[in-house]
Amino acid sequence: MSFYDKLLKIDRRWIYLLVAIAVIVPLLKPLRLPVTLTEPAENIFKKIETLPEGSHVLISVDFAPSSEPELKPMIVALYRHCFAKKLKLVTMTLEAAGAALAEDALSITVNEFNANYRDDLAQKGEEYVLDKYGVLKGADEDYLVKGEDYTYLGYKAGYALVVLGLGDSFTNTFSKDYSGEATSSQPIFKDMKSLSDLDLMIDIASTAAVEMWITYGKERYKFDMGAGCTAVSATQYYPFLNSGQLLGLLGGLKGAAEYEKMIVDAGYWVKPGLATTGMDAQSIVHFLTVVIVIITNFFYLIRKRRAGEKTNF
Amino acid sequence: MEITIHSAITFAQIIPERLQVEGPYSPGWTWFGIWLAAVFTLSMYSFLYKDNPVFKFGEHMYVGISVGYYICLTWFNIMRPNLFDKIIGDPGFYWYLVFPGILGVMMLFRFSRSLSWVSRYPLAYYVAAGAGLAIPAIIQAYILAQMHSTFNPLWVSDLTVVELFTQKDVMKEVLVNFFTQIVIFVGVLSVLIYFFFSLEHRGAVGRISQVGIWFLMITFGASFGYTVMARISLLIGRMQFILGDWLGLKLG
Repeated sequence: MSFYDKLLKIDRRWIYLLVAIAVIVPLLKPLRLPVTLTEPAENIFKKIETLPEGSHVLISVDFAPSSEPELKPMIVALYRHCFAKKLKLVTMTLEAAGAALAEDALSITVNEFNANYRDDLAQKGEEYVLDKYGVLKGADEDYLVKGEDYTYLGYKAGYALVVLGLGDSFTNTFSKDYSGEATSSQPIFKDMKSLSDLDLMIDIASTAAVEMWITYGKERYKFDMGAGCTAVSATQYYPFLNSGQLLGLLGGLKGAAEYEKMIVDAGYWVKPGLATTGMDAQSIVHFLTVVIVIITNFFYLIRKRRAGEKTNF
Repeated sequence: MEITIHSAITFAQIIPERLQVEGPYSPGWTWFGIWLAAVFTLSMYSFLYKDNPVFKFGEHMYVGISVGYYICLTWFNIMRPNLFDKIIGDPGFYWYLVFPGILGVMMLFRFSRSLSWVSRYPLAYYVAAGAGLAIPAIIQAYILAQMHSTFNPLWVSDLTVVELFTQKDVMKEVLVNFFTQIVIFVGVLSVLIYFFFSLEHRGAVGRISQVGIWFLMITFGASFGYTVMARISLLIGRMQFILGDWLGLKLG
């Protein structure tokens, strides 16, 4: 067996080991490679930047735990941006397995902002009291109040039918929110009756939910829409970007890292999150993949040439 | 209302209150859950070395738990709140829900060889309703809007060429749009011709379809690149969990 044959028949477990090292080392010792911004990601950020305080935003969290590494950093970054801008945020999910994920990300982000706010009050020497639910009680309210600044509607079965229902009424389609409280009594829905009242809708999805939101929601009720998706499905949404049906797109871990960078650069958050941490590993593995593809093809061609076989391109 | 973002927020401040109480979210149970998840993650990755009983155990557990989880999700999120609770709670108002319930039960007849024909009726209803809803919406979203964006004007400026030379930024925008629209036009046309099989792909048709193949290959390449990124992202997510949550190492 020639050297080339040996190399081309190398045990694939060596490649797995290389990939594992290429992922683990940068996670522990980050290289801080720059995260460059792309126009589709910037468009979502710019759109939120232009929205005045109190604008209505809907974020639909349509993914299951299998897509969590790519998409959860996206929703956390978007929540942080919306809350920092004091936008009225409604979240929901059309994916049953994503209900708990969405709630977790939302409650952690809300608690971050409220904790910051209480720290500010404490630093100013103002006293505050928490009620038994941990909500600020007294002269001032918390920075983010459930039902007023944000609400989580939870999961509803029916996909397109849910979207069509929301086009008619938020409170009729979701009569109760995720915690079981009646939506009709929540002040957030006072000026936000249906999808037509939205200033921005963003769908973060690992399934075909983005296309479904475009088809049954955006086209019918004419709201501005952005999307975040797993990298696998990013290419299929570029035609919708070109046609203007989507104003922006966050694709995979890179899209999440871009958004984290933008909110940090704009001063809305202190440090980048998990997506940015993972991008070093991502870049190194991509580099490794390219090198392996080039080397193996190079030796493959040499072996063919030595064997006297004709190479067809 | 202004708010300062602090970098030093304690764990207890951020974690929702429900995670700080006794029960399934208590620290002890969280610790147990992290260990369980870590052991199963490692059992899945052990397949990369070779097939083994630990992997098989993890695989079967995953399939079994997923099925059980989805059955519970379907029951608690769909069947119970949308059907049973309503019919039992207020039968006088929700009596009509009996009909979709019956249609749902009829679907289950697919499992019987002799009575599987019964399932065709709810299926026919489902297809008809779905088609009625989807056809006009899809024509608008997928065909009309996409055709419109394919036939955008090549030249999007009221300025003359001489005037454009004095405004470099506008000229750049106009030229970028010009070449983008040319690429879209050539790409759409050549790929459509590649998939047009009523003519033999020879001569001019053959050459244009060759261009279509190049467009398709570039598209597949971009998709493959994104797929690599997605798969590696999943590995990164798991490694962040193993190194950070399980082993407690500092990341980033």
